[in-house]
Amino acid sequence: MARRYLLEFEKPLVELEKQIEQIRELARDSEVDVSQQLLQLETLAARRRDEIFRALTPAEKIQVARHPQRPSTLDFIQMFCEDWIELHGDRSCSDDSALVGGIARIDDKAVMLIGQQKGRDTKENVARNFGMAKPGGYRKALRLMNHADRFNLPIICFIDTPGAYAGLLAEEQGQGEAIAVNLREMFRLKVPIIATVIGEGGSGGALGIGVADKLLMFEHSVYTVASPEACASILWRDAGKAPEAASALKITGTDLLSLGIVDEVIKEPSGGNNWAPLQAGEALKQALLKYLMELSALPVQTLRDKRYEKFRRIGSFLEPSTQEGQLIS
Amino acid sequence: MSLFDWFAARRKDQFVGKVIQETDESDGLWGKCPECGQVVYRKDLLTNANVCNNCGHHNRINCEERIKLLVDEGSFKPLNKNLSPLDPLGFKDRRAYADRLRESQASTGMKDGVMTGLCQVEDISLALAVMDFRFMGGSMGSVVGEKITRLVEKATSEKLPLLIICASGGARMQEGMLSLMQMAKISGALERHREANHLYMPLLTHPTTGGVTASFAMLGDLILAEPKALIGFAGRRVIEQTLREKLPENFQTAEYLLEHGFVDKIIPRTQLRKTLGTLLTLHGYQKGK
Ligand SMILES: [Zn+2]
Repeated sequence: MARRYLLEFEKPLVELEKQIEQIRELARDSEVDVSQQLLQLETLAARRRDEIFRALTPAEKIQVARHPQRPSTLDFIQMFCEDWIELHGDRSCSDDSALVGGIARIDDKAVMLIGQQKGRDTKENVARNFGMAKPGGYRKALRLMNHADRFNLPIICFIDTPGAYAGLLAEEQGQGEAIAVNLREMFRLKVPIIATVIGEGGSGGALGIGVADKLLMFEHSVYTVASPEACASILWRDAGKAPEAASALKITGTDLLSLGIVDEVIKEPSGGNNWAPLQAGEALKQALLKYLMELSALPVQTLRDKRYEKFRRIGSFLEPSTQEGQLIS
Repeated sequence: MSLFDWFAARRKDQFVGKVIQETDESDGLWGKCPECGQVVYRKDLLTNANVCNNCGHHNRINCEERIKLLVDEGSFKPLNKNLSPLDPLGFKDRRAYADRLRESQASTGMKDGVMTGLCQVEDISLALAVMDFRFMGGSMGSVVGEKITRLVEKATSEKLPLLIICASGGARMQEGMLSLMQMAKISGALERHREANHLYMPLLTHPTTGGVTASFAMLGDLILAEPKALIGFAGRRVIEQTLREKLPENFQTAEYLLEHGFVDKIIPRTQLRKTLGTLLTLHGYQKGK
């Protein structure tokens, strides 16, 4: 088995895991019954892990959200979809591998699946451009969404990106325009749209596939207006203040639930999704099925009106006529 | 990300701060063009829409000046003028967001960074939004998003063409994700305006970057820009860092976007009113209505 990638705050668990491993080895070579000790230690380790992950700071959640072994878009699709067929290309010169899409079945329901795709290691990440899509990626996503609209396939988006790619060609090809058009067109679509932030939701690059009827987030996922590193550099003039920025920006599922931006936060297995990917996949699948059923029951016009209303309500300002603050959710 | 680049660029190049400078020998009657160095009489500058007579440099102007230059005299009727920002996250960096807001409000006399209203241009009714870069870098938070959305909705219900004059560093970080979501909110309202077949034109002025570029600035039926305006999604500096090579001289200027197909027309400020009038009549909007 590949070595597990450890985050700084997980280090207290290492000692316990080592002990568990030693006892296991001991048991293999002898007749001694160690099941009691094993059970004790494993319970202890599980409890410690639980404690650590329940108390994660926003900055630590970012590390979990960016964990190289955190299940990605294609991982989830492999886990709970059948008949997956990936589709390629924006039909104007490019196929962006940082943003993937295709059709498949969840249970018996045919759906369009679209998401940013990060890599597990450097080689994969170079090929996937670290999950940072170019204009062609957003245009491919829109092409697939329009296709889904014509054939009445609900759209399921997986958000997992540090942001849209910033580069010469991306600017030349209209990165801003590509994202902007997606924002507008997603309001027009007649099929249900469910988006889930499975890892990192980086700013406009995330929103570019994020105009949905339901926005879900995993417990340790984050969604940011600007990366805390960038925010700290600008506002604190000190990139080292990123942890402070991460807290100030309100980027966790709980924060965004209370700001009226996110509809549901999906609980993660103890230790995060990378600890028990199949369990995470099952939780996501169940949430998707629930909302698919709910949204598919709505008449098209109601669906679109509700989508509009969902975003229309977001904001916090003082209305002079009432002199009451309205933090609307 | 892009907001960051843009502030970084601002600090290093003072690119955006380019406004007419006082000359030593003057008491403010004369100024020096930051582009060509020509000493200009301030009054001449004002009668020429703050555009340098010598080199055509467009100096930055605030939203009141813009409205005065553009609309038929006395025709501007502001909407939601007193909609005010809150501090929903209780945000504090080196300074509290609440203090930054108070400071911007005091120096501009505005509640937040955009003015919206109905007006006439060349005797044609128009819904108009003007962003003001002086107010926290033209950044978009809840108030900017809400005022523009209400204006777009009004334009849709009253069957009016819409012009948004953009000047922005992007989403306002101090309101976190609420700011990012304003991009979607406005785009949704624009979808309805478009669905009803009304004309929407953004005018991109210096600078239009980040989240504004990735939403309403790029959603025009026709996209207009001022000469030499900086328009981009990501900041030049970060792109240079990832690229490790020199970027084209005119990178992210209005002219560059025109060349690459993202702007329909570059219109000098002095010709804006007339050109707008023509464009509106060509689309069937009639005078006196
Ligand atoms: Zn000049």
